[in-house]
Amino acid sequence: MTKRFLSAAVAASLFLASCGSSEQPQNLTGAGATFPYPMYSKWFSEYQKAHPLVQINYQSQGSGAGIRQVTEGTVDFGASDQPMTDEQIAAFQTARKTPVLHFPTVMGAVVPTYNLPGVTADLKFTPAALAGIFLGKVKKWNDPAIASANPDVKLPGDDIVVVHRSDGSGTSFVFTDFLTKVSPDWAAGPGKGSAINWPVGLGGKGNEGVVGLLKQTPNSIAYTEMIYAVQNKLPMGDVQNAAGKFVKASPESVTAAAANMQMPDDFRVSITNAAGEAAYPISSLTWLLVPQTIQDAGKRQVITDFLTWMLTTGQGMAPALQYAALPAAVVEKEKAAIAQIK
Amino acid sequence: MATQPATLSPSSERSFLQRIRSGDAVAHTLTGMAASTILAVTILLAYHLWSGSSLPRSAFGWSFVTGSDWDPVAEKFGALPFIFGTLTTSLLSLLIAVPVGLGAAIFLAELAPRGASDALTFMIELLAAVPSVIYGLLGIFLLVPFLQSTLVPVLVSTLGFLPIFQGQFFGVSVFSAGIILAIMIVPFIISVSREVLLAVPQDQREAALALGSTKWESTWKIVVPYAMRGIMGSVFLALARALGETMAVTMVIGNKPQIATSLLAPGYSIAAVIANEFAEATGNMHQQVLIELGLVLFALTVLINGAARLLILSTKAGGK
Repeated sequence: MTKRFLSAAVAASLFLASCGSSEQPQNLTGAGATFPYPMYSKWFSEYQKAHPLVQINYQSQGSGAGIRQVTEGTVDFGASDQPMTDEQIAAFQTARKTPVLHFPTVMGAVVPTYNLPGVTADLKFTPAALAGIFLGKVKKWNDPAIASANPDVKLPGDDIVVVHRSDGSGTSFVFTDFLTKVSPDWAAGPGKGSAINWPVGLGGKGNEGVVGLLKQTPNSIAYTEMIYAVQNKLPMGDVQNAAGKFVKASPESVTAAAANMQMPDDFRVSITNAAGEAAYPISSLTWLLVPQTIQDAGKRQVITDFLTWMLTTGQGMAPALQYAALPAAVVEKEKAAIAQIK
Repeated sequence: MATQPATLSPSSERSFLQRIRSGDAVAHTLTGMAASTILAVTILLAYHLWSGSSLPRSAFGWSFVTGSDWDPVAEKFGALPFIFGTLTTSLLSLLIAVPVGLGAAIFLAELAPRGASDALTFMIELLAAVPSVIYGLLGIFLLVPFLQSTLVPVLVSTLGFLPIFQGQFFGVSVFSAGIILAIMIVPFIISVSREVLLAVPQDQREAALALGSTKWESTWKIVVPYAMRGIMGSVFLALARALGETMAVTMVIGNKPQIATSLLAPGYSIAAVIANEFAEATGNMHQQVLIELGLVLFALTVLINGAARLLILSTKAGGK
């Protein structure tokens, strides 16, 4: 009896030891973008269910913090809503002695939303109208810039109250990136960035701050992430895309925006104002930032395995959370890029 | 046990061991170490704020505190609107909180029955422990709608001739931030001032009453002046909290870097802009500028506290 128990114990420990060589407990830490956080936390928890020995700890501290921390090497991977600039990539190379790789994960959209008492129809916005409103040049709701695209809607003659994000955010970056592409005045004026010098309007902290202001201020307009607008049942304006069509934001119209995009080898691309009749113009990718050389073999294994899982199983979970899945062509290109991690 | 040898034998004859046993040296070292951590933290803080902002200090110099442009894209930075916002919201909050806080403290210490006073004080101390984000939410969902529908229309119709109550009101404003701050700092003023008032020796009151003064005269002319230094201390503690308050302010101030004469216009404060922009500040310059703002806030606090000390010293000289 004792003998049998012993041999079973030995066999079990041998089995565990043999497993241990390939699957030791692994802890990964990442930090960065807040916009894809609901998606990432879902992914990490699902991935951990499938791989009980892996712990992935993600802190949604903002894209800037993600880039800083992965550059300093305090986290295993970073995450950002905007691709790293050439200077940031150079700084990364200097600090970590290896290049940084960008992996697009999911896509999202930024939508114009408004509080117009008495107006129930969904409004249509031309790029010129949006730029004019946020520049403070289009001052009233019945301005021809808005009215001409909405002939069936009776617009009030009240002053427009602009609401924007006061905290630095990827949402602001995507929105101002779009305005910079479509409006020369915007490009020459405020420009694009996660925090900019807004010509007009009130600043709300976070999506909840913006929506709080919007709900309390009649005749106001703001921009938020699509997920947030859907969850809070806010009106979402249609936006005119590069092909001249007015498109409503949805996971499908966002995927369409990326489908027509020529994807560069480093995946650093903006997909605002994309070509294609079905493309929603204020769409964006969000990225994971991974060092090309990872010394720790165990961590390297987990990161490459997670990236592969995210591109296959993970993509299927995106629409349920109102994120848009990556187009198939991008997924294939990324799978090839995973092999670069050494 | 420890006091007996000290009274029996002269201290010069006490051995080193005896002195250790009496606890003097140990207490001296331990409390000294505790005190020096504060000094160390302050120096470390100042050093890091200074060294972490070298880039903008050399690029902008003094124009950083006098400029009023804030454009992270073009990397043009001026801190004046934030300094202005921090000072006006803090001053406004003191204007509201000091009379209310002092009045409440006098009532609780001098006039209310002891049981009621203790119960109320317990509630006030609970208020002081509420996280500031909760006050911010109260600000957005209760205070701002109330101001919009009730208080501000009344103010504008009665005091609208004053420049500080003119212009369009969006709900979020310097005024709203000042009121939220006042609500947050009142508990500090009440609870510290009450303790100070209670500590006034009973014979002061009895002497005043014996000379024929009324209860109120003894309170206002004897007890309050006697406790004035402590009351001012509570006010400056509250002011320090108001200067550095972040979450609640950023939720109701409107976050617009401008210097407006009207209190009803949106503004911005130093702590709010740091909290708003630091996480996403990607460029070196932008990040360091925010650290320099921290340095400015630190300097402001030091200046105001220094002024406060002088004021307290002068009241002592004049009051007695």
